[in-house]
Amino acid sequence: MAVTGLDIYKLLPQTNCADCGVPTCLAFAMKVAAKQAALDDCPHVSEESKEALGTASQPPQKLVTIGSGDSALKIGNETVMFRHEEKFHHPCGIAVLVNDTDDLDAKAAAIKNLFLERMGQNIGVDVVAVRCGSGDGQKLKDAAMKMQAALNLPMVLIAESADKLQAAAEGLAEARPLLWERNGPSDALVELGARTGLPIVVEGDLDKCDGDVQKARQAGIEEMVLCPGEVTPRGALQFLTMSRRAALKRTYRPLGYPVLAYAWSQDPVQLSLEACHYVLKYGSIVVLDEDRPEYVLPVLVARQSVYVDPQVPVQVEAKVHEINEPHDKSPLLVTTNFSLTYYCVLGEVEASRVPTRILTVDTEGTSVLTAWAADKFGPEQIKEAIEKSGVFDQLAEGYQKPVIPGLVAVISGELSEELGRKVIVGPREAGGIRRFFNSEWPTLVGS
Amino acid sequence: MPVPDVSERLSGAINEVTIGATEEQGGSRTRTVTIGGETSFPMLSFEGRYPHPPAFALQITAADVDDWHAEAKKHVADVAGDLEKWAGKCEEWGADLICLDLAAAHPDSGGRSPEQCADDVKRVLGASGLPLVVWGTDTDEVDNNILPKCTQAAAGENCLFGTAKELNYRTLAASCLADSHKIIAEAPSDINLSKQLHILLKDVGVNLQDIIMHPTTGALGFGMVYIYTTIERGRIAGLSGDTLMQQPVVVNIGKEIGRVKEAVSPEEESPQWGKVQVRAPLWEAATAVGYVEAGAELLVLRNPEALQQAKTALEALWPKPPESA
Repeated sequence: MAVTGLDIYKLLPQTNCADCGVPTCLAFAMKVAAKQAALDDCPHVSEESKEALGTASQPPQKLVTIGSGDSALKIGNETVMFRHEEKFHHPCGIAVLVNDTDDLDAKAAAIKNLFLERMGQNIGVDVVAVRCGSGDGQKLKDAAMKMQAALNLPMVLIAESADKLQAAAEGLAEARPLLWERNGPSDALVELGARTGLPIVVEGDLDKCDGDVQKARQAGIEEMVLCPGEVTPRGALQFLTMSRRAALKRTYRPLGYPVLAYAWSQDPVQLSLEACHYVLKYGSIVVLDEDRPEYVLPVLVARQSVYVDPQVPVQVEAKVHEINEPHDKSPLLVTTNFSLTYYCVLGEVEASRVPTRILTVDTEGTSVLTAWAADKFGPEQIKEAIEKSGVFDQLAEGYQKPVIPGLVAVISGELSEELGRKVIVGPREAGGIRRFFNSEWPTLVGS
Repeated sequence: MPVPDVSERLSGAINEVTIGATEEQGGSRTRTVTIGGETSFPMLSFEGRYPHPPAFALQITAADVDDWHAEAKKHVADVAGDLEKWAGKCEEWGADLICLDLAAAHPDSGGRSPEQCADDVKRVLGASGLPLVVWGTDTDEVDNNILPKCTQAAAGENCLFGTAKELNYRTLAASCLADSHKIIAEAPSDINLSKQLHILLKDVGVNLQDIIMHPTTGALGFGMVYIYTTIERGRIAGLSGDTLMQQPVVVNIGKEIGRVKEAVSPEEESPQWGKVQVRAPLWEAATAVGYVEAGAELLVLRNPEALQQAKTALEALWPKPPESA
């Protein structure tokens, strides 16, 4: 949380003694707020003030790291309830549940199948939750080691009691798994967490979490994840909303931690919908006992969507994109540099296997109609983009005919005049591109 | 230190809007549907009112369903081309309302005449007792031609008609006023445009309580999140007391799903995404649940399977309020 100069001023002796080298306490406070001076530069500041400032400058929701190295998952540190107020900062982890009694090779293979790419981003499953279904801590450790070797993803280790987590926690401490003792943490788990330095789950209703977090903090555990336990989606929504509000709006530290939400539904469709709902509403790790892509995909796409920064238009570079190795008789599609638009077009072009150039005009990341209405995708801008790109030099005579989206058919005449070339009106939607390539394109270029 | 009570009491309330009229009310519906009335953010009924569950309409049309994606088409194949049968099916499938889409009036889709459209409305009303939503063509001249006849044909039934837009609202507003229907005000994902349209409608005599707003619709992964956020922002304004943002929200999801590759691409093309018969309805349901989380109260779907899935999911979130009988 940002601390203002005035907040700091209140913590100072307010004597204007200038011993710090700054004429007044207020001026000094401003410097500290701007990080140009340290509070310690004041020789008279009290220990209580130092501590208070240290606490006040902590973010209201703790950043928790699970896993290590490049694949580590950082969650928490969220600052708002609604994404338009700023943005959601740390995309939630999406975890698939594995039991130590499962066919682990098959599970690992299924999870690998969920490393998906969409619109230029990796959107796949990024956490594995390994559960001690066998009741044997050694088996849990073996299973976790195996998943670690096969997938190298951050892990949540789940068991009914702390003693069953011990072997895995100690054996895999460097991989920094999150320890989840069901209905925990017991004193034994707090001890294990403190000794290994691993993050732990605190499970229960808000009051239980409140008490248990404070207990664990006293034992020296800093990184924790809250979990409402086995509750209905309605109960989970209430927990997720209230804990986040208590942290962000009241700076209530015992609830200032990210939350793990487990989709308990039995039916896979309901499980998927429940998980989507936790992704939208404040879950920081969402665990699914499901690894079939048709059920997991909407959850992954929901996360990709809601963690987009709403203040920044999602755009791709404005340039000529060469797809399927185009030559001098390949079509030239013109569209905007709005990511969604571009990737829809790209997907269809790739699927068509037709060698193609896609020219993305800089519309500041706005879609075709929005850009056209705002005068960012008119004949002038398109002409300028074509000329700047020099793309006509790569095209044979007779093929220097840009294909514009059908939605802006109205500009084709003027663009044609400006360019002194024929302009082709393409399909209204990306979905029509393949048909267009097969049926209309050949006749339009007279081949 | 006890956990602080962070429940929020908000000063505003969303308008309660009823669609449909029973015989006592001068219509012929066997039931009516009421949406809105919330004093809390979606589904947070532990701190405010969320008195009515989100309502679902299934779309039917006299137009060709050739362009419907296969997983939606397979459910309606038997009834497409017969609005009355189709309307009856919607009731069986658990729809709360029927949404008659007038696409068939567009010249590109057969150019059904105003009289034929009005007759379609009448036949649907005759075939099912559910309240009716009638959705225009998105083409102003066509809408202005057909909608007045349709509102007339449904006079007394308290239907919901759309859509009124900033550049084309007068004809529909006048028709809805004359025939006592509710109206959909459509503004593309922008609160200020939406408020401006509500003012325009108010100026020509439409009661703000009779408006349902449509911020336009995108599917999950295909623009939903922009509209999701627009709805959230509008809802914050409405619950804080802005009377121009207290209108319930409708989204028209069914027709958006066909353009989502992840939802409809066949397995031979996209084996990495799994079974298409699961993906297609689930995508529609997930989009619906997402919009409800933002604040939408009325959802128009195409796929009856998606309707069941979304309703079941929302039942786990929406508790019947204790005061309701």
